[in-house]
Amino acid sequence: MIDFYMVNATLIDPEAGTELPGGLHIREGRIAGVLPPSAQGPGGARVVDCDGHALAPGIVDIGVKIGEPGERHKESFRTAGAAAAAGGVTTMVTRADTVPVIDTPETLEYVTRRAAESTRVRIAPMAALTKGREGQEMVEIGFLQDTGAVAFSDGDAVTTDTKVLTRALSYARSLGAVTIGHPQEPGLSAGATATSGKFASLRGLPAVSPMAERLGLERDLTLVEMTGAAYHADQITTAAALPALERAKGQGLDVTAGTSVHHLTLNALDVGDYRTFFKVKPPLRDEEDRLAVVEALASGLIDVISSMHTPQDEESKRLPFEEAASGAVALETLLPAALRLFHAGHLSLSQLFRALSLNPARRLGVPGGSLAVGSPADLVLFDPHAPFILDRFTLNSKSKNTPFDGQRMQGRVLGTWIGGDRIFPTPA
Amino acid sequence: MTFHARHLLGIEHLSPLDITTLLDLAEQYVTLNRARNKHTDVLAGLTQINMFFENSTRTQASFELAGKRLGADVMNMEVAASSIKKGETLIDTALTLNAMHPDLLVVRHPQSGAVDLLAQKVNCAVLNAGDGRHEHPTQALLDALTIRRAKGRLHRLTIAICGDIAHSRVARSNILLLGKMESRLRLIGPPTLIPSGAADWGVEVYDDMAEGLRDADVVMMLRLQKERMDGGFIPSGREYYHRYGLDAAKLSHAKPDAIVMHPGPMNRGVEIDGTIADDINRSVIQEQVEMGVAVRMAAMDLLARNLRAGPVEVMV
Repeated sequence: MIDFYMVNATLIDPEAGTELPGGLHIREGRIAGVLPPSAQGPGGARVVDCDGHALAPGIVDIGVKIGEPGERHKESFRTAGAAAAAGGVTTMVTRADTVPVIDTPETLEYVTRRAAESTRVRIAPMAALTKGREGQEMVEIGFLQDTGAVAFSDGDAVTTDTKVLTRALSYARSLGAVTIGHPQEPGLSAGATATSGKFASLRGLPAVSPMAERLGLERDLTLVEMTGAAYHADQITTAAALPALERAKGQGLDVTAGTSVHHLTLNALDVGDYRTFFKVKPPLRDEEDRLAVVEALASGLIDVISSMHTPQDEESKRLPFEEAASGAVALETLLPAALRLFHAGHLSLSQLFRALSLNPARRLGVPGGSLAVGSPADLVLFDPHAPFILDRFTLNSKSKNTPFDGQRMQGRVLGTWIGGDRIFPTPA
Repeated sequence: MTFHARHLLGIEHLSPLDITTLLDLAEQYVTLNRARNKHTDVLAGLTQINMFFENSTRTQASFELAGKRLGADVMNMEVAASSIKKGETLIDTALTLNAMHPDLLVVRHPQSGAVDLLAQKVNCAVLNAGDGRHEHPTQALLDALTIRRAKGRLHRLTIAICGDIAHSRVARSNILLLGKMESRLRLIGPPTLIPSGAADWGVEVYDDMAEGLRDADVVMMLRLQKERMDGGFIPSGREYYHRYGLDAAKLSHAKPDAIVMHPGPMNRGVEIDGTIADDINRSVIQEQVEMGVAVRMAAMDLLARNLRAGPVEVMV
């Protein structure tokens, strides 16, 4: 039976909003007690000395792309699991934009089975909202829920037919299912690889106005108001979209929003001379947008930080910018990148873990995200100050497409526990 | 000589001194090109490969002639027709080329940034002959040479660039170059063909020809591609010609000695009236073509000198 004490830690408690010295008693996979600062655990008990480092609820990452089924050469459950463990991610909320799309209970069962035999990291799978992510017919939301789908999303394939979307949202509401949208007006953003403005125009890249996000969000929120559905916007990345979000929340709609760690820490200029590792979806924004989104995160208007982990092989990135694939791997860099916001003084550690752990867990009703007694012992121990220079070839992901290659980062994961079992570093 | 670049990928990375150096050398080649014997051996022994991923007659011919007059071994590769269709990537193409040991590689590609990407992977000097909507540096240089010969300078001129700015690499390179040389730039076109953020480039933007052309020293027309005419960006070709086509009435707003330029090929009756294009007192369109050969000779000569100098401090 697992029974041990984690002592001499700095407990990052996102619920209480505190960062205080203390420890945890772990028993049968759960947090059995919170210990005072001086506690060393009873004599004879197994003790993990945290050496004063930060101990927080493990990260719950909404929107992880894994190449199973269909693109295992880019990422498998095993490699994604290793990356997650090394990054302090204890629950991966996986995407349905695979090949084939996860839109039937049978495909979902395959995913769940593959995950279970490949990694100890918890998997909370999403399913598509419409069959084939084609925006025409809704999936079997009820059956998929029974099979374990925690949310429904077509990812970046925006449903253009508002009647289809309205019906899917109404049906999802009757089952209490959360729908995750990608707020983007598909007409305006068609073919775009950059955010419109001086930089994109100089580089000669097809670009989309940041207003396309607001337009997409306003549409989705209108339909949410019509249907009463539970809705989460996957990535809010522009200042222009924030007032609509604020209004919807103020109205009491069941709405939350996330953003990606890349949009919080990088801007459009980082693309420089057509660096395709900086090509993400939606495209990186201007610095004013980045700052507005950081501020919205600090104020709680934006609820969730995601990695939007999107593995792409070398071949799909070593192409002219327009042709190159979008997306970046980020399971392992999520925490050190997000810690830039802490080091820059924008957010406290407990605020950061509200967005990384507590809010996503609560939103999707998955275990974790809390240090309260009775919560699963999904934990990450890290040194927020440890500096390093990222070498992308040291990443555990099968694909190495990170925009942070060669960059100075701060924050090292020292240990990851799931249900009280240490999964990183792997016990010798 | 102050020109140290390894490649000529765009105007963006050139200094005003680089530009002047290039143009001064090009003047010498104008003289050579007008002589009976048009041949020198400055590129003798070097191999120049012209690789065009997009159809082009004029630019490719100009580069070919420039290389031959300088004594290089010139080869044209029609890439659009061959390997790309077989699924070969740009990187593979670059590796194949490396094995042929070219010294100068002239590349045109339909996508912005593709020539930069290629330049990172090959061992020779790369000249950008146009990439997507990004840059077309030799066109801007030949335009600059034409203007300098007509007006005697490149600074303190009012230069109007008219038409489809949004899709034009010629416009971008010209804006960068003429801005660096401290001329005053105006962009004129319907808002659908003006790139977003253009007002932040340090230029003035007009949607009215008469206003935009007022007192201009240079009127630079751009080609409007047929596929943009059918209601997507503008309502019709005839409405475009009415509002933005250069005719005598619109040109009368410019200075009496204003010159008219066009990178070619022209659509007579779409963006420019044929009689203006042919007016030898106003139009320098034929001279632009002549300057093109000279400028390309100068650019290849300078890059070859840097090649011969060996691995120096590389300034891309």
